[in-house]
Amino acid sequence: MNTYTRLTDKEFRTARKRLLQMHFESGVGHIGGNLSALDAMLIVFHEYLHDIDKFVLSKGHAAGALYTTLWSMGRLQDQDLKSFHKDNTLLAGHPPARGIADIAFATGSLGHGLSLAAGTALAFKLKGNDTQVVCLTSDGEWQEGSTWEALIFACHHHLINLTVLVDHNNLQGFGSTSDVASMSPLWNRLQGFDIDLQVIDGHDPDAIRAALASEKQRLRIIVLRTVKGYGVSFMENRMEWHYLPLTEDLFRMAIEEIESP
Amino acid sequence: MRKQLCDALVARAVKPEMVFLTGDLGFMALEPLQSVMGQRFINAGVAEQNMISVAAGLTRQNFEVWVYSIAPFCYARPFEQIRNDIAFHNLPVKLIGNGGGYGYGVMGPTHHAIEDYGVLLTLPNMSVYVPVFDEDMDVVIARAGISPRPAYIRMGRGEPPKGYKVPAYAPWRQLTCGSGPVVIAVGPLAGAYIEAFERLPAEYRPNLWIVSELPIERNPLPAELLTQLENSSCLCVAEEHVRHGGFGSDLLLHLADKNIGVRRFRHLYARAHHFDKYGSQKFLRQQSALDADSMLAVLKGLQHA
Repeated sequence: MNTYTRLTDKEFRTARKRLLQMHFESGVGHIGGNLSALDAMLIVFHEYLHDIDKFVLSKGHAAGALYTTLWSMGRLQDQDLKSFHKDNTLLAGHPPARGIADIAFATGSLGHGLSLAAGTALAFKLKGNDTQVVCLTSDGEWQEGSTWEALIFACHHHLINLTVLVDHNNLQGFGSTSDVASMSPLWNRLQGFDIDLQVIDGHDPDAIRAALASEKQRLRIIVLRTVKGYGVSFMENRMEWHYLPLTEDLFRMAIEEIESP
Repeated sequence: MRKQLCDALVARAVKPEMVFLTGDLGFMALEPLQSVMGQRFINAGVAEQNMISVAAGLTRQNFEVWVYSIAPFCYARPFEQIRNDIAFHNLPVKLIGNGGGYGYGVMGPTHHAIEDYGVLLTLPNMSVYVPVFDEDMDVVIARAGISPRPAYIRMGRGEPPKGYKVPAYAPWRQLTCGSGPVVIAVGPLAGAYIEAFERLPAEYRPNLWIVSELPIERNPLPAELLTQLENSSCLCVAEEHVRHGGFGSDLLLHLADKNIGVRRFRHLYARAHHFDKYGSQKFLRQQSALDADSMLAVLKGLQHA
């Protein structure tokens, strides 16, 4: 854990509001899976990663949360976020291949990110340094065979400089993960691997901090039990917010709820 | 070509930034490379999708990464990883596919690679190398190695006639000269044509060219070949690749763009993934009418058309 200042509750709420504003102004959905990932992403960037470390967003459809996080770090500006999802923007619906220094890979097709992160972590291992790599996956993408290929590889090569976060919000594109292709509970499937496994509340900042600060002996996987649409009650645990954009009324309702104590 | 590949990579492995990934292949061929590279020689296992993305991750951190497998497992299984993770980012990963064309013969169509360079050349930034002779491999490795682009090397087995003096590698080479049609071949199958063409009288003998680097946009036709095309009324292209997306159609588009007309054109290509019966590479070339006798028959018809 680095020595950056701990994020305050207000800062989490501010980021959540900025994410919603960006999606509202651009008329874009994918909000639910952004809100489930945002808290962990904020802590990873503000409190865990050093400048030299690397982050790979395997669930590329949470690009909004990544852009918002980079905005909160001062690495993207309001004018950048205003261009989100519009013509002539760098901020596509999924992370771009070039143009943003903090984004190394264009992701969006699920099942790529963990391999990309493993290759990145292996590069640092071969160089003999302990640069850290964090990869955030969705829960649904553990249905991709390539994700398991990557896990086998990362374990075999003892990539202890790699931390994998799983945004386990239980909802995927067209159903719950349990209904579509159940591995429930996912952590039972993971337990057979040579990993340091933790299952925590993905919206409890202190739990996330503690998990990231824990000593590593092996590849670390932190399953974040999250809520799709977290922080906005009419979105929470509702599959349609994988897709729906916000109306003006719903946007104002959401902002009011986030601002309420 | 595997021995020559291994020798070339062993020599190159003095570069500390070089990493070699294999998809669990290379037995009885790549052991010397494994020996000299140590932990930078990585058997990524039977997991080609992961192997390609790992290669992208390593390359992003400035390693020079070579990836090896049987050709279809190298480009077809992990195509999306090549597209998204390598080509979209213009990462200079070098893909080596062994057994291009019908190279794996009687092993069957799962092991054949007759749509490889056509598919890969649809991707941005991709370069393709098709060595013709075993002796080409060291130069091909050197040229692919210094290229700032991703590359696919389609390996086969050199088939020069006995006693043939292999010309030094070049992206375009002329192998036979005469007053006959222009023939352009892709890959080692050209070796079988040399002997057949040399037996022909000069007035009928084709100008046989081989091309080893694609796409044409980055390896334009040499002036001498263009002159021959302008003087000749006939062009024949032979490639162990399906017709769609192959070199033949790409060449015709290129010539059309340059306002170079071809009055008579014949295309010899890999006709099918499945024939009624399985067989060797030689057998499958015969089935596809890619063998030397079929070529001679096509040229005879072309000249008398």
